[in-house]
Amino acid sequence: MNRKYLITPYALWSFIFVIVPLFLLVIYSFVKTVDGQVIFSLESYTKFFDPLYIDVLLRSLRLAFITTIICFIMAYPLAMILNSREFSNKTMILILIILPMWMNSLMRTYAWMILLENKGVINNILNFFGLPTKQFLYSEGSIIFGMIYNFFPFMILPIYTSLTKIDNHLIEASYDLGANKILTFRKIIFPLSFPGVITGVIMVFMPSLTTFMITRLLGGGQVILIGNMIEEQFTRTNNWGFGSALSMILMGIILVSIMFFSKNETLAKGGSLI
Amino acid sequence: MKKCSILLLGVMFSLAGCSGEANNNVVKVYNWGDYIDESTNRMFEEETGIKVIYEVFPTNEEMYAKVSNGNATYDVLIPSDYMIEKMINEELLTKIDMTKIQNYQEIDDDFKNLPYDINNEYSVPYTWGTMGIVYNTSMIDEEIDEWADMWNPKYENQIFMYDSERDAIMVALKKLGYSMNTKDPSQLEQAKQELIAQKPLVLAYVGDEGKGKMENGEAAMMLAWAGDAELMIGNNPDLKYVIPKEGTNYFVDAMVIPKNSENYDNALKYIDFMCRPDIAALNMEYIGYSTPSSAARELLPDEMKNSEVAYPDLDLINKEMFTDPSSMLETYSRIWTEVKAASK
Repeated sequence: MNRKYLITPYALWSFIFVIVPLFLLVIYSFVKTVDGQVIFSLESYTKFFDPLYIDVLLRSLRLAFITTIICFIMAYPLAMILNSREFSNKTMILILIILPMWMNSLMRTYAWMILLENKGVINNILNFFGLPTKQFLYSEGSIIFGMIYNFFPFMILPIYTSLTKIDNHLIEASYDLGANKILTFRKIIFPLSFPGVITGVIMVFMPSLTTFMITRLLGGGQVILIGNMIEEQFTRTNNWGFGSALSMILMGIILVSIMFFSKNETLAKGGSLI
Repeated sequence: MKKCSILLLGVMFSLAGCSGEANNNVVKVYNWGDYIDESTNRMFEEETGIKVIYEVFPTNEEMYAKVSNGNATYDVLIPSDYMIEKMINEELLTKIDMTKIQNYQEIDDDFKNLPYDINNEYSVPYTWGTMGIVYNTSMIDEEIDEWADMWNPKYENQIFMYDSERDAIMVALKKLGYSMNTKDPSQLEQAKQELIAQKPLVLAYVGDEGKGKMENGEAAMMLAWAGDAELMIGNNPDLKYVIPKEGTNYFVDAMVIPKNSENYDNALKYIDFMCRPDIAALNMEYIGYSTPSSAARELLPDEMKNSEVAYPDLDLINKEMFTDPSSMLETYSRIWTEVKAASK
């Protein structure tokens, strides 16, 4: 019975750092100040339903979606390769994937900025060989690139983990029963790795949807995403109500998408990070 | 003056460590990021035995957000003119006992009785400066002398704008010949259209990272503060700073004491110390902005002292100071979102 108390520090931690801030966010989003009086108001939410802001949200969703798809397409085959028995250097590759995460992502993004600038390292090399300068930065493309680079590990690691957990006997049984490689992949491997895929998708989609730093550094501030809008409400416009409402809407979208994905019962079983 | 977003992160993390200070003999200072030669803080500690607790903010608005709700207590803040006006109006500042600031006499008359603090009761000027265009003479042959040059299609994808609605809107309004403090919706609408029209020419809307890029020749011209321009020109002599003839923003950043200060006397000592010409000169040499004290200016190295970038003839510039923008922030934000959401 005593063991129950062991959870207290964690409960306290989540209460102070998760529940309370969330609660404040909810409050801020539903009130406004009129003549020094704080009153209940839906203004922050109604303000959002404006083609301008909807447009920003749709653009953010589109970029996050593209990023997630590309990450998945790149990560799944690599995870398969890492998991195959013939491949012996898997530790090395895994370390290479994880290693950059030891550094602050802001610094890595700055590094990419310096590499990709018009007068940056890569263009200097191109020019050296007589090739014309190519403008890599300051576009949606460079934002997507930055997001893929930053969030790729979050896709590959859960997929790899879920693949390693698959009982090899199941795959052997599949072959014994006459299934070929493609059928085995479709019916055995992919479904069993699905929880990892879901986790990966969520872990890439969420930060892609909310990023504001990559937009600014690699996108050159040319594109505004919902993360930038939220940041601006808190730091410059000083409209915490609208900023909170935007955050709530964003959380709602993420929650709905997680629920959509996790309708599939496999999420509850092992292999998932969530 | 406007400092970058990375600092924001730094500030956020440093917040965690700033509570529960037991030592009473302290002065808590809240200043712009990278806006002081920190050795002057150490000198102050040595001379007075008062420990300086130093924190930085990236924008006036963030400073305001933190100070105005009363959660954080500081003894000295260094905001800009319009923010001081706003804080005086909201009774967030306490009057400074000028008799205790002996070095206040070192401040030039040009920087006294300014509109944001007309009777010199609440603030002691720290720096001042202008906003203008920095351009690279190795990439641009002609003379740049007006804001309209930032709309010249010849420089497509060679222009850096500042990623700040207020400064960008200021530029557009000045180009149109309006006051940058206008509240007229039709003038602001025109300014918005100008900025949208300019977007295809703009390579990027930059923050602090733009300075290094500009030095490297990434773009041909950039909206910049004089102090930043001074440092950029120091690193790349091809760069030139110009104050456009349509007029520009002229700012003063000044030291003030918030009402909830717990160490009023120490704050006075700190402000007095920062006004001392030798200390002010050290700071200006480091940050590149202009000092409001002629005595301090005299102590600067020749190229800084005589710099036309840092010390333009104030009578010749068509200058205007920002006033309290509180009621306009929503409008600015919307304009900026529309500009950013417009296709390039």
